[in-house]
Formats: sequence, structure tokens, C-alpha cells
Amino acid sequence: MSEKVLMKGNEAIAEAAILAGCRHYFGYPITPQTEIAAYMAKRMPKIGGTFLQAESEIAAINMVYGVASAGKRVMTSSSSPGISLKGEGISYLAGTDLPAVIVNAQRGGPGLGGIQPSQSDYFQATRGGGHGDYHIIVLAPSSVQEMAQLTIKAFELADEYLMPAMILADGTTGQMMEPVSFDFEIKEPPAKPWATTGTKGERRHNIANSLYLDPEKLERINNERFARYEIIKEKEQLAEEYLTEDAEIVVTGFGIAARIARNAVDEARAQGIKAGLIRPITLWPFPDKVYKKALKTAKRFISVELSMGQMIEDVKLATECKVPVSLCYRVGGMIPTPAQVLEAIKQAAKEVK
Amino acid sequence: MTRKYLFAGFGGQGLLFSGKVLAYKGLIEDKNVSWLPSYGPEMRGGTASCGVTISDGPIGAPIVLEPDVLVAMNLPSLDKYEEKVVPGGYIFVDSSLIERKVKRSDVKVFYVPATKLAGENGSSALANMILVGKLLKELGDYNADSVDKALGKCISARHADMLELNRRMMEIGRDF
Repeated sequence: MSEKVLMKGNEAIAEAAILAGCRHYFGYPITPQTEIAAYMAKRMPKIGGTFLQAESEIAAINMVYGVASAGKRVMTSSSSPGISLKGEGISYLAGTDLPAVIVNAQRGGPGLGGIQPSQSDYFQATRGGGHGDYHIIVLAPSSVQEMAQLTIKAFELADEYLMPAMILADGTTGQMMEPVSFDFEIKEPPAKPWATTGTKGERRHNIANSLYLDPEKLERINNERFARYEIIKEKEQLAEEYLTEDAEIVVTGFGIAARIARNAVDEARAQGIKAGLIRPITLWPFPDKVYKKALKTAKRFISVELSMGQMIEDVKLATECKVPVSLCYRVGGMIPTPAQVLEAIKQAAKEVK
Repeated sequence: MTRKYLFAGFGGQGLLFSGKVLAYKGLIEDKNVSWLPSYGPEMRGGTASCGVTISDGPIGAPIVLEPDVLVAMNLPSLDKYEEKVVPGGYIFVDSSLIERKVKRSDVKVFYVPATKLAGENGSSALANMILVGKLLKELGDYNADSVDKALGKCISARHADMLELNRRMMEIGRDF
């Protein structure tokens, strides 16, 4: 499938998961991500895989836990309210150090909210989402091609670091169609000697568990896990930098927000404003190195979000508040326009003069 | 060059499909393309729309707020989007479904009785393709070869008769 085809972002995620060797998908329908389940329902039976529409999101994530324990690549997907329901299961996966891929095509919230695009689950995703001290890897695609590419990467990172990985998409990127090529080189998944696949009487049994009643042991395991997180923070940060070399106004946003911001940056440049764009691709680990680098010329950062100001906190942490960071946003399923972002850039340019 | 198209009308008029054919034609011609449907309550409640962006360069926002080309297949859509079209842009009106004229004088307007023409030629459900044919002709962008290939991508081989009918509708639009 190396020829480019037009596909919805949601479908590209599903096809990429299959290419990555995922043969088990558990889900429950919710707009705007149902195309993933529909695609899996059509394809999985034909390739000897499992598609199962569970009775609820909670059931689906626990089925994911089961397959992950057995060492097989597994995925579930949902949208905001459904991801909240999965929170307990995601925490269990993290506490058991199991790899799995979770897709969140975000919609407006809180509560049932709406069904139009949003990025307001940023905190939930990047801080873990469930109870306890943990993180999950969070990848933020901004095109259909990246939906496919990052899905494969999510499986690889999850296996490498033994933790859940999330594709944090939104209603727009899930629903839009763009050309996508599936010309990927897929690495063999690593061996999983820890998997609970039956001892055949030849070895001691493996245990998949997140319960540690001995506090000393639980503390040690938390510390070990966070030492692993430090390695991920060092090695796995990903971001796209656009016109940042000399940028005084650095606009930043992920996913759909970045695409809108890019139009505004181009227009600002045409008007003689030194604007640039940082688009985080990994949201956890947050790519703080590129922000620190941008500080050489940046006089102001503008965080463009489909939320009330969530990623802005990580921008402030990354830049240690050395220059002001302002917010440009819409919420509730509304999307900022390039004109709105341009206005924010022009305002900032005036203020830093 | 970047051109943004907006197809708007009722659900069932094939707006999403015509946008897909246009997007595939762009892809076949090695352009960057993006297609974004309305998927919200409006789709369930009747009106539907789909935005297509075709560009020689990278595409930023895939959302079409100010189209260069508007295809309006019902009155609410013309009312809603007429003012959004960029000056010098194009509006294609299905004049068998919309009685009023376009108010603006700074855009190029084409009235095509597409639903009527489609009905006379085999299927009134294909009025959308008549409008796509007309649109490509007026934009100087009707390339029969890539149109054929695009239709082939959007209609499965099992429905060869439909492919032929869609192509004929596009030609009727082109020659109108």
C-alpha cells in the first residue's frame, strides 16, 4: 500500500495499527472516532484478528489489559468522556508496566460536552489521567499521514518502555481526509519474556499485577519507573520547528491548532513580523529542549489551543517563564481561525517593540 | 496556488462525495489536498457541508472558512455562505433548488439547474456531479484523464455502471 490513498485520519490510525501487528482491538462507539472501530470490525476478521465491541469503555480497556499481559499488540480508542471511563484501566496498565495503545479523538467537554473537536484533555493525557504517580507517552498528530506514522511509533515506544502510549487526536484530524502512504518499515516487536502465556511446565509463572501491599516495594517500583521516565524525557522528545531560527514571536500549538497557527505565522512573516512556530509532536515527554533553544531570540510565546489554557503551563515550565507566554484559544468545539492567531501575533509584536 | 472549495446543501445530495472526487483529482495531479466534512448535529439534522483544499504547497488549516469556490445546493447554504466567498471567487448555484439570485457583484456566479438536468439524464441524485463538471470547466481545470481516474478511486469496480453515469453527469455539467 505504498501508493498514496485518500483516507480519514481515524481510518489511517486503524490501518497503521494493523500494519504494526496489532491483531486485537476492543472499543465502544463514540463520536468522533467511531470510524476506527468500524474499520477494525471490517478488517480484523479477515486477517485472523479480534474485533470486539465491548459492553462499555471500562470493559474494553480491561480487555486491553488482558491482551497486553499476554504480550500481544493491542489497541482501544474512544473520545473524551470514554477516555475518562478508561482512566482506571490505564492506571492499571501503567502500574503493571504493560504496553498498549490508546487513541483519544478529543471532543468538547467537560461532561458529555459536545461532539466537535477539542484539545481539552491535554492535562488528562500528559499527567497520566488516572490515579497514582505515572505517565503515558502522548503523541499528537497534525495530519493524516502523521496519524498513521505516529500510531506505529506508539506501538514501538510502548513496547520499548513497557507503558501505555496515547494518540491524542481530535475531531478534525480524525474526520478529515488527506493523502496517506503506508510505506513504513515495521520493526519486529521485541521479545516479551514477561508475558503471561503459560509456563508449559518449563519456567516459573509470570505475574501481571499492579498490587503491592508492601510500601517499601511499592516505593521502589515507583522510583524505578520514574527513572525510566527520565530516560524517555532525554531520548524521545519530538517537535517540529518552523521559522524559529530568528523568531521573536514564537507561536506554539499541537495537532490541528498547529496547522492553523502555521497559516498565521506565514501571514505574519509576509507582514514583516519575525514569527515562528513550535509544534510539539510528543506531548509527554514535552519537548522542552526546542523551547529553551527558541529563547535565544524569542521575546514572547503564544500558546494556541482548543482549550482554556492547558499546554501553556508546560510552555511556561519549559521556558522557566523567562519571557511572557500568552494564550490564544477557542473552546467547546469551536476552532481558532488563522486570522485570530494573526491578530494575537500582531498584538504581541506591538507589545515587545 | 491554494484553492479552497466548499460544498454545501442537504444530507443525501452527495456533497461529501463530490468533494472526495475533487480531492482525489487533486491527489492524482500531484497536489496537496485536504477534505473535511461536517460531522456534527447539522449532518444529522439535514444540512451537510464539506470543505476541500487543493494546493501546490503544504496545507495549513484544513478548515474552509472563506472559500474561493462555493457550491450551494440549497437556500440555507447560499444564505449562510454567500458572504464568506472571497472577492473574485466563484459561486455555483443549483438553480432548480434555489430560486433567488446571488446578491454579491464581486464574485463570478453560475446558475445551473443541476437537479433538473440530472433527473432528465437518469438520476436526480447526481446533480452534485453536474455541478462538479461545471465548476472544473469554469475554473479551466477539467482534465478528462484525471477526472476518470478520480472517479475510479471513489467508485468501486463493482459499480461500473455508476462510474459511467457519474462521468456522464460531469460531462453534462462541463458542456452546460
